[in-house]
Amino acid sequence: MSQKTAIQALNQVFFQAMERDPSVLMMGEDVGVDGGVFRITDGLVAKFPDRVFDTPLAEAGIIGTAIGLSVYGYKPICEIQFSGFIYPAFQEIVSHLARLRNRSRGRFQCHIVIRSPHFGGVRALEHHSEGTESFYVHTPGLKVVIPSNPYDAKGLMASAIEDPDPVMFLEPLKLYRLKAEVPDEYYTIPLGEAKVCALGNDVTVVTYGTMVKPCLNVAEELGEKGSSVEVIDLRTLSPLDWKTIEASVKKTGRLVIVHEAPRTLGMGSELAALAAERLITDLKGPVVRVTGYDTVMPYYKMENWFIPDESRIREGIEKVLQF
Amino acid sequence: MEKDVQEFHIKFEQVLDENGAMDEGLRKEVSDEFLKKMLLAMLRGRTFDEKMLKLQRSGRLGTFAQVLGQEAQVGVAFAMQKDDFFIQNFRENAATLVRGQTMRNILLNYGGDERGNAMPEGVNLMPVSIPVGSQPLHAAGLAWGMKLKKVKAAAVSFCGDGATSEGETLEAMNFAGDLKLPVVFVVQNNQFAISTPRKKQTGAQTIAQKAIAFGFDGVQVDGNDVVAVYTVAKAALEKAYRGEGPTLVEMITYRIGDHTTADDWTRYRPKEEVEYWKARDPILRVKTYLSKKNQWSEAEEQKALEGISAEVEAAVKEYETMAPPTPADMFDYLYAKPGAEFLAQKQAAIDHVNQLKKEAES
Repeated sequence: MSQKTAIQALNQVFFQAMERDPSVLMMGEDVGVDGGVFRITDGLVAKFPDRVFDTPLAEAGIIGTAIGLSVYGYKPICEIQFSGFIYPAFQEIVSHLARLRNRSRGRFQCHIVIRSPHFGGVRALEHHSEGTESFYVHTPGLKVVIPSNPYDAKGLMASAIEDPDPVMFLEPLKLYRLKAEVPDEYYTIPLGEAKVCALGNDVTVVTYGTMVKPCLNVAEELGEKGSSVEVIDLRTLSPLDWKTIEASVKKTGRLVIVHEAPRTLGMGSELAALAAERLITDLKGPVVRVTGYDTVMPYYKMENWFIPDESRIREGIEKVLQF
Repeated sequence: MEKDVQEFHIKFEQVLDENGAMDEGLRKEVSDEFLKKMLLAMLRGRTFDEKMLKLQRSGRLGTFAQVLGQEAQVGVAFAMQKDDFFIQNFRENAATLVRGQTMRNILLNYGGDERGNAMPEGVNLMPVSIPVGSQPLHAAGLAWGMKLKKVKAAAVSFCGDGATSEGETLEAMNFAGDLKLPVVFVVQNNQFAISTPRKKQTGAQTIAQKAIAFGFDGVQVDGNDVVAVYTVAKAALEKAYRGEGPTLVEMITYRIGDHTTADDWTRYRPKEEVEYWKARDPILRVKTYLSKKNQWSEAEEQKALEGISAEVEAAVKEYETMAPPTPADMFDYLYAKPGAEFLAQKQAAIDHVNQLKKEAES
């Protein structure tokens, strides 16, 4: 056990996964000699020179060839340098990666992890800050993981690499340099299991990624004022751990969803719809969403106005607590 | 039966070599006076670049891509006419300044303020395009429009060596070749896509030869020789104006600095290699040539740099004293005709920021 940043935790799990399984490959732009632009793949090419590849600058090429490699028995981990640069590979992801198992009636699988820095809050350039997870959650055939801390990042990544289905592993940039206790040994955290991060009885806040921390802060602050807030970190957006959410909302009768991505057809839309379908009689008030706006992620001077802050989260929770 | 059905050759052009020796036979219309103009533009680009780096290092500017070492790109800008369109990537600040972009705008853009992307009226310049290889298609589209409207103009697309691995760049070239569009595809081959060297980017011997596959000419030019860059770009533009289709211009150059201010080049290339290219500096060779002919002096350079520095400082002052954007800026330009829900969100954002300000004041 030692204090590690998410960068170090992920770096360690790549070494471990590649040691455990010789079919695991690492490929992407600058993942070799440079160790990735965030140094997450640092040192891997020296240890596994035949399994770590600096690819040409071509996202469709990276994902498309990974599909072929996977069909031929390899398990590629593909880095796309920022999630805002995935789009050239969209055809490969939506038309092939997500469907090949189904199309081939289970004969061929895409045992592939696509990992990419995600979300904003670090004064980055355009296309380096967006929350676009809904595209992938909305695409049948993909699993979608967004960790909120270094410990989860390592364990979830281990599971993603072991998982035979294609996994979009979206890594909050803001999380990279956070430190936490992370065991040195290899461990997995199952995909599809949410985590209750704070127990409470009055309201359920469902969130993930960068929004977990501010939600916990607000929960603590409201706790001091006498409101008991339960906070759930989804960790895996697809498959969704509805059971954990349902149990919580049945207990609290109130649901708030918080995410950085824009509101319309975001994760909050699906959770609110499920709550309306299945828990309408348990709810004491309206489901509230606190999200990014339905506009383009602005350049960094305005990004903190776009990303939900603690005051917007508090307002959202207080709104439903009135009922 | 078998026979050769196609063969090709790729020309490399250099007019002013790294020692400042001019090939008078290839020089064509570049007078000493005009060369001096281009030198001043390169100095302007470099001085501004240096200032941006200082601002970035002291937290007054965000991440940006330095031009350092690639200033001969101004040769392309000088070859262009007013009606031509400049389609930039993100390492063309020296050239876009020549085309009429303002230092204030560039500073705003990299200062995280989108107001810097509003191009000055009458300047045919597309905003910075960060997704590598995505913008050459826009150049093909603009050129298509020029052809349809029978305007004597061309679109000049900039990208780097890495971008030629992207499918969209190749699609742009295919459209342009197929439709014989008035495009000049300028590829600044600065030898690296972040850490990935040019030789790992493609198995092709040159990038210029990719044009052959799409039915038009590709040419290599010493990208640190502003005379050759100008001459080759001018010829490509004139060919485009005549309706003879596109040209690919591969500028052989070198990125002296980091990929962006977030990068560290010492991780992936030896210092000796950088030193080798520093000796081939695009500014140095012009100064050497002009000095030998008594057309340039230390004193003249000093005077020029003072003028440029004053311009840069004025732009920095304007950038740093500009009133900050308002939350409405996040919403005002997304749609020409916004919907009601969107406008409600805009109001909520404005109210929220006002609330934050009130709380901060109390």
